[in-house]
Amino acid sequence: MNRPARTPRVPVAKTYKLYIGGAFPRTESGRYIAHRDPAGAVIANVCRASRKDFRNAVVAARNAFGGWAGTSAYLRGQVLYRIAEMLEGRREQFAAELAKEGSSKRRAAAEVDASIDRIIHYAGWSDKYQQVFSAVNPVASPHFNFSVLEPTGVVAILAPEQPALLGFVSNVMPAIVGGNTVVVLASESRPLPAISFAEVLHASDVPPGVVNVLTGRRAELRRELASHMDVNALVVCDGDDADARRELQQEAAENVKRVIERCGTDWRAERAAGPYHIRDTQEIKTTWHPVGI
Amino acid sequence: MLAARSRLPDLAAVTRVDEVGVAERVARFTSRSIKKESKVEALKMVLSMIDLTTLEGQDTPGKVRQLCQKAMHLHDRRPGLPHVAAVCVYPTLVAVAKRALGDSGIKVASVATAFPSGMAPRRVKIEETKIAVGEGADEIDMVISRGAFLAGDYAAVFDEIAAIKEAAQGAHLKVILETGELGSLDRVRRASVLAMHAGADFIKTSTGKVQPAATLPVTLVMLQAIRDYHAETGRMVGMKPAGGIANAKLAIHYLVMLKETLGNAWMTPDRFRFGASSLANDVLMQIEKQLTGRYQSADYFSRD
Amino acid sequence: MDRPARASALAFEGGWTYSPAPESTEHVRIDERYGLFIGGEFVRPAEGRYFPTLNPATEEPIAEVALATDPDVDRAVRAARAAFEGPWSRMKPIERGKYVYRLARLIQERSRELAVIESLDGGKPIRESRDIDIPLAAAHFFYYAGWADKLEYAFPGRRAAPLGVAGQVIPWNFPLLMLAWKIAPALACGNTVVLKPAETTPLTALKFAEAVQDAGLPPGVVNIVTGAGETGAALVNHPGVDKVAFTGSTEVGKIIQRSLAGTGKRYTLELGGKAANVVFADAAIDQAVEGIVNGIFFNQGHVCCAGSRLLVQESVAEEVIDKLKARMETLIVGDPLDKNTDIGAINSQAQLEKIRSYLEIGLAEGAEMHQSSCPVPERGWWCRPTLFTGVSQSNRIVQEEIFGPVLAIQTFRTEEEGLAKANNTPYGLSGGVWTDKGAKVFRMTRGIRAGVVWANTFNKFDPTAPFGGYKESGMGREGGLHGLDAYLDLDA
Repeated sequence: MNRPARTPRVPVAKTYKLYIGGAFPRTESGRYIAHRDPAGAVIANVCRASRKDFRNAVVAARNAFGGWAGTSAYLRGQVLYRIAEMLEGRREQFAAELAKEGSSKRRAAAEVDASIDRIIHYAGWSDKYQQVFSAVNPVASPHFNFSVLEPTGVVAILAPEQPALLGFVSNVMPAIVGGNTVVVLASESRPLPAISFAEVLHASDVPPGVVNVLTGRRAELRRELASHMDVNALVVCDGDDADARRELQQEAAENVKRVIERCGTDWRAERAAGPYHIRDTQEIKTTWHPVGI
Repeated sequence: MLAARSRLPDLAAVTRVDEVGVAERVARFTSRSIKKESKVEALKMVLSMIDLTTLEGQDTPGKVRQLCQKAMHLHDRRPGLPHVAAVCVYPTLVAVAKRALGDSGIKVASVATAFPSGMAPRRVKIEETKIAVGEGADEIDMVISRGAFLAGDYAAVFDEIAAIKEAAQGAHLKVILETGELGSLDRVRRASVLAMHAGADFIKTSTGKVQPAATLPVTLVMLQAIRDYHAETGRMVGMKPAGGIANAKLAIHYLVMLKETLGNAWMTPDRFRFGASSLANDVLMQIEKQLTGRYQSADYFSRD
Repeated sequence: MDRPARASALAFEGGWTYSPAPESTEHVRIDERYGLFIGGEFVRPAEGRYFPTLNPATEEPIAEVALATDPDVDRAVRAARAAFEGPWSRMKPIERGKYVYRLARLIQERSRELAVIESLDGGKPIRESRDIDIPLAAAHFFYYAGWADKLEYAFPGRRAAPLGVAGQVIPWNFPLLMLAWKIAPALACGNTVVLKPAETTPLTALKFAEAVQDAGLPPGVVNIVTGAGETGAALVNHPGVDKVAFTGSTEVGKIIQRSLAGTGKRYTLELGGKAANVVFADAAIDQAVEGIVNGIFFNQGHVCCAGSRLLVQESVAEEVIDKLKARMETLIVGDPLDKNTDIGAINSQAQLEKIRSYLEIGLAEGAEMHQSSCPVPERGWWCRPTLFTGVSQSNRIVQEEIFGPVLAIQTFRTEEEGLAKANNTPYGLSGGVWTDKGAKVFRMTRGIRAGVVWANTFNKFDPTAPFGGYKESGMGREGGLHGLDAYLDLDA
């Protein structure tokens, strides 16, 4: 009698798409990048995002800004804490993904734990940075005068090439905990954790459009981030040479974008996180009101 | 009976309204828990207060006749239910509705005055009102001139309401403030005071054609204006929230608010109406659920 | 007391009324007897004595709790000391913060059970414990959890260090919330605690102790000792306690301050109040009326910052008082577990006696009393919403804290007069101002000598906003960045 041969289970390969407006669309350009592991094997086809994708992401971010900026600090803190809970639940998945892309198992696990703790750190800032940086100003005239921080708007982020997960989280969290919405271009060399992290965001009560994630060629897209007239601030992390960075700053001048350079940062260090990273994407508003009968 | 000719009230003296405070008071109404007998009683009261409405460009005599049939036979499978208070249509379909409703006791309300925008010369609005009443309308739902109000021409708004009241020749007049276009609760309060002094029998939130339509905060402000006007003049003016009241739970919140602001004397279709089209079926489903213990399906309730 | 005549022309009684809407209790677990929570475990009290805690709506006992005597207090302080010198101070701040986040989450997850127990034990309406007390308690733990690893940013130029063991005594009016106000900042700053809940409301603190166990906090970080005044005194005076935090009456606050003299212990006191709610003619009147109602009838008036004096500008006094009386008629006094109850039971027979004696004093002083006409249940301790008119600053019921649903109403003519009357008191916890004019808001809030001033609102609390008194209402602040001060040594 014939018995069927014992074959190993065929794994299902994951498709990595973009994350825009709370959905996972493919790039409208139809282009892809065959992403390889250190040994050269293709582990995934990653979307090669186009300028149109970036444009769509900015529209999504702008539409989400009013609502997100209007939420209470308490609510934003709860959302970030939930993101941490969701990531904690997927520690093994993320560690495996980082290892696939070339990290040692030990470093991958450490990076995931550090990322979770960093998210919690920023969750705790949501209702405190205002207290640290605001002021009541003792003006000489009979006016009540106070200065408060307000989010700048849509923030475009060129994520650091490495560490792929911790660097991503360390730039996105301070921007959104302060009420901004973001469009992030993920690490080109290690793009997978960013898209997987988008799944975590998607499961964490983060409103659609608050965080938008693109993958693709940094050299092709970085100019779009710098030149878009409806982006209020640009965060630039390691991954471009000095000439390229100068060009980005020139492009940014067209709408007086705030340019925040975070190059040479060791994202594993404690000093790589704190309230000043939040302040970087905040404006300051001073209000006057008479005091009198 | 026509209201005695009264003078434009001093709107600058009308009390201010704080929207955060209003929202807090509303939250206490929505956290009331209405259960068991009080819930069934409330649901039946809601039914009796509905003005079943169709105000579409595509309305036809057939559509209106079907709506009137529904008004008279909400859900015959469940005996003992009240009928709705009125059917509300455009002036050209008043005669159809009147004939269809016969001697059922359900009133015919007609919109008039270039509903919903109100953008027509005054003489046209007066003529339209007379036509609607001539066709048999028992009630007239008019719109105020929001443009004139926002431009500060309160006297014009006041005079227009008084003129329509006269043209209505005894039909009971509801004045629609279109609160969604007024922009602040302060203006809602002032418009309410103005409309009541000009002779409104009811003040109504919205045409239903503009978002936001009726809301609990806006309704609370209008009920408080009615209360103060009653304390000042002794006259009882009714209130009608219209548009956006899609389900029974929300309708019951309105009744709680009405009960705790104006008390028992206003808990009747003579003093309170819901302007709604799809509310009735949700109320019927809730009544069935209360009486049978089962959650219901829309398939079992007629949709006219 | 006989039911008085109704004041309003509108008819609220009868007609469509609300059916009973009792909150379900079948999912709630209350043990018959609780031990003391010391060193991470529930233990027998040294003298083996227990006392009952009663449901003020029925006068029936709910459970028995342990009576902590001196040896128990000593044991608890030692456990807190060991935990402080051991794992707690050696822990990385962010890890400490994560423990406090766990407590916040556990309160959220168990919120319904905690709300029911709070209402059963203390008498407050379930609507308030469910919608205000428990969510705010969770929010306090969330807020302070986040400070644990951020203290270097809170005090420019200073390094912050914990004080050690905190001895904390809390009142019966907001049991779990007062526990949160005390324990959350203490733990976040690296201290360990011994807390004594009020003798009439121990249960939510003991349920919290269960959450502390479930959260896996190192044993001894949090200790709960139940008892009455003597237990509190033993705790406050224990030499092993580095910092005392007390919320309660001004009378007891002064006793504590005296007994701590010369000991070098740090202390904060949150005491009584007799806040004035100042209503101007240009206020949004209907919202001001609601604010007055919220100010004195919320939580049966058992609120240190209650707006127990109304100062209404004379030109609108009649209108405001008429509207107030009408609004009082729609307040439902009754079973705290009914979701429609607005005003619950008075916390204890002793408190009810105290309120009644003040009503008699008011009448004897010649004031005019008005009460709402609602029915009250037969068993249990109840007081109808009450207001007094025809009073002035010289009346005892205007000067002294009654701690019940009793409002004293005076008129004033000008802003200066209103301000002077508002400040004419040894208390200084809170105040309220109602006017639509922005400049006047700021003029009045600048002039009122109180730690919390509410403009066009009242009884608003948030973990980010500091709370505390001037003058005899106490010293020190709870909540916000300023609330960290009480639990840190900045001179290290």
